[in-house]
Amino acid sequence: MSGVRVLVGTHKGAFILTSDGKRARWDVSGPHFAGWEMYHLKGSPADPNRLYASQCSGWFGQIIQRSDDGGKTWTQPGTPPSERTTPEGAPKAESNKFVYDTSSETGKPLTTHQFYDGTQHPWEFKRVWHLEPSLSDPDTVYAGVEDAALFRSKDGGKSWQELSGLRGHGTGPKWQPGAGGMCLHTIVLDPSNPKRMFVAISAAGTFRSDDAGETWRPINRGLKSQYIPDPEAEVGHCVHRIAMHRSRPGVLFMQKHWDVMRSDNAGDLWQEISGNLPTDFGFVVDVHAHEPDTVYVVPIKSDGEHFPPDGKLRVYRSRSGGNEWEALTKGLPQRDCYVNVLRDAMAVDSLDKCGIYFGTTGGQVYCSADAGDNWAPIVRDLPAVLSVEVQTLP
Amino acid sequence: MIRVVLPAHLRGLAHVSGEVELDLKGPATQRSVVDALEASFPMLRGTIRDHVTQQRRPFLRFFACEEDLSHESPDTLLPEAVVSGKEPLLIVGAIAGG
Repeated sequence: MSGVRVLVGTHKGAFILTSDGKRARWDVSGPHFAGWEMYHLKGSPADPNRLYASQCSGWFGQIIQRSDDGGKTWTQPGTPPSERTTPEGAPKAESNKFVYDTSSETGKPLTTHQFYDGTQHPWEFKRVWHLEPSLSDPDTVYAGVEDAALFRSKDGGKSWQELSGLRGHGTGPKWQPGAGGMCLHTIVLDPSNPKRMFVAISAAGTFRSDDAGETWRPINRGLKSQYIPDPEAEVGHCVHRIAMHRSRPGVLFMQKHWDVMRSDNAGDLWQEISGNLPTDFGFVVDVHAHEPDTVYVVPIKSDGEHFPPDGKLRVYRSRSGGNEWEALTKGLPQRDCYVNVLRDAMAVDSLDKCGIYFGTTGGQVYCSADAGDNWAPIVRDLPAVLSVEVQTLP
Repeated sequence: MIRVVLPAHLRGLAHVSGEVELDLKGPATQRSVVDALEASFPMLRGTIRDHVTQQRRPFLRFFACEEDLSHESPDTLLPEAVVSGKEPLLIVGAIAGG
């Protein structure tokens, strides 16, 4: 019987939750890397036992961890004895080295962005927010980092090179940090076109590459954001998350700072689909594994009040690709609930009855094994959840 | 032989439980000790000093012999008690790291 493996990143370690296809009984493993901020963990679609994890700390910096056995054991790529030295004898262990490209040969990437006070500020690496393994090669993985940039490793995480065409395409001086910093938090790979990829940055917007990450252009037409001088500017929008269904890669869904949006032309133009949501602020958005027009969001009261409206934790589902939303509440707390659901903390499995998962800043990870109709907590008392990913296992 | 005490997070990363002992060939300074530490434990590269600037991370401090050595030049010789192994060099996370 097939099963699922849920990868949970929290403020104080990582946890791995496993179950069979019924998703009723769970084994909990962890904390892995106890005490460290685990921003994101994700498995390779090409090799489910290959996992990557972003481990970081304000004190000790960034670490990349890799597992080749589904999370039972972990190594920092480049540090095992067999990998420690180059043929010249120099130590490797460059797996946590993220250095912005400043070379003149690769497009003269920009060296400043807009700071909170509107002045220009140099790019400073802080952490990896999101790791996106290649759809076809377990050794290739992309990293979205703060301050916003995109890196790629082709050697299983041992070394990283910036795809500097993103920072260098020209709009960088208009990017600015959101409340969480200036982070590249979303990477979406097009399963039908290996040269096409999308990224989202807070607060800059959404960008698309059609040449495997070499060159980029902003795709934010149709977005309206009242918190920037020109609400319809080319860049500057605080996009919180974008999602795609693999069968229909030209259709994108977006949870913006405010507004839930949809594009039917790979981001060339966006339209609002907030419809009857109680509030259209939020962080997560995801798509049902088998129904490309079934979309999920978790409305949050406002940018100043990061908790559910009325103290009721409700997932909203649209079966029509937006605009018409229904509240999903069965099994979720409907009073006195003031947690948040962060942007990387929702995922779906691909079992016949699609499972939906999300984690909260209160340490709960909820699962619905029936596409959102009924919910139950897998765990209730983890540290604040930063990210949730799920692997559907054979 | 130089004795180094790492903060708990870095002991876990390096898979060590107690003090780390290092043999240095040249003069014992903060720089040479961290160089030797990183050579023995590559997984610590970038965690004590920034990869690019090679500056001590701002939330880490170097203590020895009841003195704060954090703001000494990285090439200043360490106290004789550290060089002789009588006292350890303490690498400490700032108290804000609780």
